[in-house]
Amino acid sequence: MMRARGIVATAVAAALLAACGDKGVVVYKQGEYQGKPDTAPWNNAAPQGNPQVTPWQQGNRESWEQSIKVRTQQGQNEYVRLKNK
Amino acid sequence: MARMKFLCDAERCIECNGCVTACKNVNEVPWGVNRRRVVTLNDGVPGEKSISVACMHCSDAPCMAVCPVDCFYKTPEGVVLHDKDLCIGCGYCFYACPFGAPQFPQDGAFGLRGKMDKCTFCAGGPEKDGSAEEFAKYGQNRLAEGKLPACAEMCSTKALLGGDADVVADIFRERVVARGKGVELWGWATAYGKPEAAKPAAPAAAKGDK
Repeated sequence: MMRARGIVATAVAAALLAACGDKGVVVYKQGEYQGKPDTAPWNNAAPQGNPQVTPWQQGNRESWEQSIKVRTQQGQNEYVRLKNK
Repeated sequence: MARMKFLCDAERCIECNGCVTACKNVNEVPWGVNRRRVVTLNDGVPGEKSISVACMHCSDAPCMAVCPVDCFYKTPEGVVLHDKDLCIGCGYCFYACPFGAPQFPQDGAFGLRGKMDKCTFCAGGPEKDGSAEEFAKYGQNRLAEGKLPACAEMCSTKALLGGDADVVADIFRERVVARGKGVELWGWATAYGKPEAAKPAAPAAAKGDK
């Protein structure tokens, strides 16, 4: 009987003390970004049916950059639009 | 490799505040926070100049350097963003920024200002692209939709240019050649470095020559 009580007391003590243990501690590295990761824009699917957006190949950075360059020239350079008229 | 930059053509800006309105509208920026604003130099004097100012997404961003919790990061396309979940609202970035870009939703001392808010180049933040969480914290992610910042795309006189640095520089160069004046680039050297800084230093022996 005494032995059983001892085992139960030990188990309860172990369960209570477990809450005092350290959980996964994040080690802070000064000078390095500590937040959540972000998704690159080219990893998104290109919108369909928008004539102002040149579709790019999903995951292909160069094709997204090309799409952005085309939009910059066509949308913000009125000389391009005047020449095309 | 693309690098996103803003350029404000002071010869064209008419102080209409269309860029400010576009930013507020697209990103649903709260009352009291202005991610972008128009500054007029020599207001009322003939020859006054207006420029549209926001975060310039500096090449060597001082806000990133001073942040005590390192909540800033730079995307591969050169946009300076931050994680609002990490920001403690200390305001160091506000003091470090030469453009006054970081904004806070409330006035007050340390700990009472709330999370810092600034221009994201319409690139959202570290949440799932296009999600409700991303919009609530950072605004619209237009780059992920193949679009450019709303302020630049909405500008009625195309004074504010935003996009790939090479293309933006080409557009500006073409304008300057066409009009024959207005070569000044407000804030460009501060944000992206002076051209002479890239030149090699003069030889040491030349210093003594008279």
